[in-house]
Amino acid sequence: MKRPAPNAIVGGTLIGIVLAAAGTGALWTPYDPLKLSFRAKLAAPSSVHWLGTDEFGRDVLSRLMAGATTSVWVSLVTVSFAVVLGTLIGLLSGYMRGWVDRVIMAFNDALLAFPGILLALGLLAVVGANKYGIIVALGIAYTPSVARIVRGAVLSLREREFIAASRVMGNSEAFTMARHILPNCIAPLTVLATSMFGYVLLAESALSFLGLGVPPPAPTWGNMLAGSRPYIGQAVWLGVFPGLAISLTLLGINLLGDAARDKLDPRMRGAR
Amino acid sequence: MTMTAPLLDVAGLTLKVGTTGRTVVNDVSFQVFPGEIVGIVGESGSGKTLAARAVMGFVPPAVVLASGTIRFDGQDVMAMSGKDLRAMRGSRVGMVFQEPMTSLNPSTLIGRQLDEGLALHRKLAAPARRALILEMLRRIGLRDPEGALTAYPHQFSGGMRQRIMLASVMLLKPALLLADEPTTALDAVVQRDVMELMVDLTKANNTAVLLISHDLGMVARYCSRIVVMCRGDVIEQGKSEDILARPQHDYTRKLLSAMPHRLPARPLPQANTPIVSLRDLVVEYPGRQGFFRKEAAKRALHGISLDIQPGEVVAVVGGSGSGKTTLGQSIAGLIKPAGGEIRFNGKPIAKSEAAYRDYRLNCQMVFQDPYSSLDPRMTIGQLVGEPLRQVAAMSQAERKTRVTEVLAEVGLADGFAERYPHELSGGQRQRIAIARAVVRRPSFVIADEPVSALDVTVRAQVLELFDELQKKHGFSCLFISHDLCVVEQVADRVIVMQDGRIVEEGPRDAIFDAPQHAYTQKLLAAVPGLESTGDGGVKLFWRLSQAEKALAGAAASAST
Repeated sequence: MKRPAPNAIVGGTLIGIVLAAAGTGALWTPYDPLKLSFRAKLAAPSSVHWLGTDEFGRDVLSRLMAGATTSVWVSLVTVSFAVVLGTLIGLLSGYMRGWVDRVIMAFNDALLAFPGILLALGLLAVVGANKYGIIVALGIAYTPSVARIVRGAVLSLREREFIAASRVMGNSEAFTMARHILPNCIAPLTVLATSMFGYVLLAESALSFLGLGVPPPAPTWGNMLAGSRPYIGQAVWLGVFPGLAISLTLLGINLLGDAARDKLDPRMRGAR
Repeated sequence: MTMTAPLLDVAGLTLKVGTTGRTVVNDVSFQVFPGEIVGIVGESGSGKTLAARAVMGFVPPAVVLASGTIRFDGQDVMAMSGKDLRAMRGSRVGMVFQEPMTSLNPSTLIGRQLDEGLALHRKLAAPARRALILEMLRRIGLRDPEGALTAYPHQFSGGMRQRIMLASVMLLKPALLLADEPTTALDAVVQRDVMELMVDLTKANNTAVLLISHDLGMVARYCSRIVVMCRGDVIEQGKSEDILARPQHDYTRKLLSAMPHRLPARPLPQANTPIVSLRDLVVEYPGRQGFFRKEAAKRALHGISLDIQPGEVVAVVGGSGSGKTTLGQSIAGLIKPAGGEIRFNGKPIAKSEAAYRDYRLNCQMVFQDPYSSLDPRMTIGQLVGEPLRQVAAMSQAERKTRVTEVLAEVGLADGFAERYPHELSGGQRQRIAIARAVVRRPSFVIADEPVSALDVTVRAQVLELFDELQKKHGFSCLFISHDLCVVEQVADRVIVMQDGRIVEEGPRDAIFDAPQHAYTQKLLAAVPGLESTGDGGVKLFWRLSQAEKALAGAAASAST
């Protein structure tokens, strides 16, 4: 058995911690994340409140754990949504070519022309500001870039001789796409999906910051970060801990994504 | 030879990979005299390119000089300063690379690229440089030299680009020209034209040439001396005739015997129904279709009619752009013909579902590039087994047995099934591609340049394998190639194509010994014929086209 790559170990550990926190946070937290306690407001990290308390005296660690559930879940579902939808559109567009491709890509590029966050804002206004609204809005906002990448990969792949070989074998178009084209798109897709996970996490924070995210008092890392802003001078921990949680999760996802890409690519396995 | 000092004297050159200490070039010595053409022959990995690049001080950073000297015109190249090296490169030593598509800068005008070297190394005013460049462009046979100055590389064909590359190097009249596989990427006729031009230009300037190639035939034709390299060692060196006629070393003999040669013509079973039959096949590529204008379609095949009998190997030859690949792809069903009919086993494939099914299962293809024809994410076992998916009558176990059987047939039995394509060499990959094509036991196989991406000895092995399988299973084959030497070895019948039309067809011996059409003669004149002299040696002979024969005759009578 080969030792796993260092980026897999570090990334796996970070994501493991986040997932464990999210899992625990869904069931149990040291304090009730929503319970107000004005006596302990803006308390610095101590043995009672490990990561301190916020302006309402809510325990930051408890809120971080509870927020992890929402933030990680929202980001994961959003990314999966965008990747699945975008891949389907990209495959279709790249494989059919002709007018199908032109119509889809014209529409796609029109969406791509909007900044993702602006598009999400507009969509949120339609679908309503809640957890599911965010998923749909951000998912649709990030779908065009996935479609673009997949289409590009498909266009270059379909010129390769093994696609022609598959047709000569008598395989159907659908089988050729599923068996030969899709697996070969995985490398660019993993890279895109991991970096997108970061964007979505930040976009969700930004939307929360603008008051369009998951509505308070339910904690997410984004609205915790946003809520910390007025107190940055007096209680720096309010911003630091959610910020750290976001960046370490991003780091973990990116490392894990790289490791997964190498693992999934037979060419990177055991070079001889 | 007169006792002049050698222009290039490489003595005991040993190069090692710095990190692992592996020797890549081992104790190599050879000399090049002024005006002489010397060939270095070897397969990939033989160190021939490294040894030649070391002459210019161009070695990859990981490679270090372990011992030996390289003297150019009496100066030690390895001891030169960076400034001296740069002055030597281009001005005294020129280099032509293998890939004409990438060795010219695609975003710079031809005129500027040619001017670069001149401006750097010669103290000449701009108008004088321009005159020199124009003269050179005229010399290499460009139709419109003035226009070429303001054209980009992509506006020229591969052969033309290689001529331009040659022009840019020869403008500086270097004392030595390094040519690294200068014509490998070109088809036979263009290859010959470029080589002739190179010999012409270098002779006129008394430039010595160090020609690096895996193609013994070509090297033997143009070089006075040959250095044979294998795995970093010089195996043998000497006069070209001696090396060819009396090779001393086994490896040289192996190289020589790997050159394709004609086997006796074999009798073919006479059948009534041809396996594949084409009637007036027309293929068109649509022109560019913009919003405002439509360009006319380009016709790639002009009404091709052709019958292929069961068990027969028919070769299609022609230069690039002759439509031979299009022909193969349309028979394989990859291109939809614009007109005409394809019959398989006597039944038109476009008419009935059953006929199409039979055709689809029984017509397979081997592609040119073994690096692109195998899905990199599948194991060898999966790749070879994939075509069997379509055979409903086979059980899972039977499929598995068949895959093992076919892998054994192509000589990749032990443990290869679990490996991935990137772990295999080019030759092994092409064996896999062949295994995949024959695993369904098809009655007809199209092979599109199946060996042109391979080294000489590997090519010989793959051809042998192909021949073996063909004899064993008796499939008919359409063998597409620009390499007439290969065709001479494998084909029963030869079809010569030019500009989308068949210009000549006939049994192999008739085509090779008594070509009728001028284009066939031109193709044949570009490649050597081989005559075995026994004891492992060979003699090359050249088939001159009628026009050249007349010229040669006139010259002979004029001199007497």
